[in-house]
Amino acid sequence: MRVVIAEDSVLLREGLAKLLDAGGFTVVAAVADADALLSAVDEHRPDLVVVDVRMPPTHRDEGLRAALVLRRRWPDIAVLVLSQYVEERYAAELLSRETSGVGYLLKDRIADVTEFLDVLRRVAAGGAALDPEVVAQLLVRHRPDPLGRLTARERQVLTLMAEGRSNAGIAGQLVITESAVAKHVNSIFMKLELTAADTDHRRVLAVLRFLQA
Amino acid sequence: MTLTSGGLALPARRRPAVLRPAWSAGTWLAATHLMVGMVLGLAGAPLLLAVPFTGGLLLLPVAWLLTRWHRARFAAYLGVAIQRRPARPGGRWSPRGWWAEMRSAALWRAVGYHLLAAVVGPLSAVVVLAVWSAGFVLATMPLHHRRLHRDVVLGVSLHQPALLAGATATGVLLLLLVAPRVIRGAAALDTSVARALLEPRSHAELTRQVASLASSRAEVVAATDNERRRIERDLHDGAQQRLVSLAMNLGIARAGLTDLPAPARAAIADAHEEAKQALAELRGFVRGLHPAVLDDLGLDAALSGLTARSAIPVRLAVDLPRRPGATIEAVAYFVVSEALTNVARHAGANRIDVTVDQPAADRIRVRVADDGRGGADIDAGTGIRGLAQRVGSVDGTLELSSPAGGPTVIVVELPCES
Repeated sequence: MRVVIAEDSVLLREGLAKLLDAGGFTVVAAVADADALLSAVDEHRPDLVVVDVRMPPTHRDEGLRAALVLRRRWPDIAVLVLSQYVEERYAAELLSRETSGVGYLLKDRIADVTEFLDVLRRVAAGGAALDPEVVAQLLVRHRPDPLGRLTARERQVLTLMAEGRSNAGIAGQLVITESAVAKHVNSIFMKLELTAADTDHRRVLAVLRFLQA
Repeated sequence: MTLTSGGLALPARRRPAVLRPAWSAGTWLAATHLMVGMVLGLAGAPLLLAVPFTGGLLLLPVAWLLTRWHRARFAAYLGVAIQRRPARPGGRWSPRGWWAEMRSAALWRAVGYHLLAAVVGPLSAVVVLAVWSAGFVLATMPLHHRRLHRDVVLGVSLHQPALLAGATATGVLLLLLVAPRVIRGAAALDTSVARALLEPRSHAELTRQVASLASSRAEVVAATDNERRRIERDLHDGAQQRLVSLAMNLGIARAGLTDLPAPARAAIADAHEEAKQALAELRGFVRGLHPAVLDDLGLDAALSGLTARSAIPVRLAVDLPRRPGATIEAVAYFVVSEALTNVARHAGANRIDVTVDQPAADRIRVRVADDGRGGADIDAGTGIRGLAQRVGSVDGTLELSSPAGGPTVIVVELPCES
C-alpha cells in the first residue's frame, strides 16, 4: 500500500515514515507543506495520504484545506488527517462530502502503534475513523432529540462506531457480547431513524447525525 | 468666572450703567478679597522662605495650609469655588503618600501660586489703594489746596479754579470709573491664576488622560493575547511534536521488543503510558491557554473542544450571530475555561451549563451555571478574582450568584463592536 506523508516537523515526519515502513506500507513521498503534498499526490497517486493540519506557511489549518482538495480531486485516495487538537468543526467539514476512506485523529494516537496502523488500514480500505475526542465534543452540544434519546451505553457504542470499529471490535472494547452490540447498534439506527435501505452506510450515517445535528 | 454682583438699595435702572460697578457690592467684596490677598501673600512669603531651612519638610503642610486659606478667601469674597484635588488613595500624610505628593506636579503648581501671591497679592492691593488715594486727593482738592506746600507747579498756579475743577473731575472719575474696574480686573486675574494653579487639571485634560489610559490598556491586553498565541505556537511546534515522537518510539519499542525480560518490558510500558499522559496534560494546558481553532473558526467551535474535556458533564449552547473581536473572543474563552476549572475544583457539581449569546448588538453574554454546593466568593477564591480582573480589563462585567447549597451562576457580559 502506497502512502504520502505531509508533516512539517522533521522529527515526526521521519518517525512516521519509519513506523509506516515497519507496518508494511510503502512511503512514496514525505513532504513538509500543503503545496508539496498536492504535487506529490498528483505525481504518485498513492492509496493513502497522512496529513498534519497545521503546516507552513500560515500554521493554521492548511493541512485540512489540502485534505478537502484531495477529497474533491481524487475521491478514491483515502485521507487520514492528524492534529495536535481535534475539532468537531473540522471533522464536519472533512466528512461533509464523502464519508468513506477518511479519518481524523489526534496525533497522540500514533503512540499506540498497533492500533494506529489498524486505523490506517481501515481508512485505506474505505472505512471512516473519528477520534473519540471529536465525538465527546459533539456530545456536549445542546441538541434536540433524537440524539438526546440515546442511552449512555448507546452513546459509547456510537462513539466506537465513529472510530470505525466493527461490532466485534466494539464488543471487545466494552467487554460485552457481539449480539449485545448488534442490539445496541439496531437501537441506535432506530432512534436516529436510519432505515434498513441504507445498510451500507448506516454506520457512517449514524456518526454523521452527530455532525449535522 | 462668577463674580457676585449684588446691588445696593437703589433700583438699578435709575443709575447709569457705566457707574454700576462703583455701587455694586461685588466690587467692594472684590476689594476686600484683594486686601485679604495682600495679607495672605505677605504671611505666606516668610512661611515659604522658612521651608528650605527645614530641609523641605515643611513644604507640604505650608502649601496645604496656604491653599486652604486662599480657597476660603475666593469662596468668601468672590463666591468662586476653587476645586479641591481628589484625595490621593492611601492618604496624603503616610510616608508613601507624602513622597508621591512631593513629586506631584500639582504640589509644585500650588507652590508657584503661593510664590506669585506673595508678590502679586500685595502689588495689586497697592495699586487699588493708590487709585483710591489719588482719586480721593484729587476729588477733594478744592477743600485742601490752601494747605499744599507749593503754590506753583511747572509754572501753573495750583489755586486756579479751572485747575481745581479739573482735579475734582479727574478724582471723581478715578473713584467711580477707574477704581471699580481695576479692582474687578485684579480679582479676575487672581481668579484665573488660582484656577490654573490650584485646581486639578481641567476636565479636557482628564478626558485626554482617560483616553490615553484606555488605549494603553487595550494595547497591554492585546499584547497579552499575542503572547498567549506565541506560547501556544512554540509549544505546538516544539515540546508537543517531541513528545508525540517520544511516545511513538516508546510505542514501537513496547510493541516490538516482546522478547525482553519482564521488568524491562514493564519499564517500557510505564514510560509509554507516562509519555501519553504528558501529551494529554500538555494538550489540556495549551487548550486552556489559547486554542488555534479560536482564531480560525471562532468561539463556538473552540468551546466544544474545551467543554468536551471537562470531567463533569457539560451542556453547551452558543448563539452568536457573528464573531466579536479577537480580544473579546479570547476573554470569553478564558471565562469558560477558568469557570470550568473552578467548578471542577471546588463545586462538587454533577452538571454544568454553558451558554453564550448576544443579548444586545453591542455586548455578548457568557453564562456558566453548575449544580454544586455554592458558596463561591469573588474575594476568597483566586480563580474568580483572576476572572473578574481579565473581564474588567476589557470593560466587561461579572456577576456571581452562589448561595450556600448552590447553585452557582457566573454571568459575564463583554462589550463588542455593534
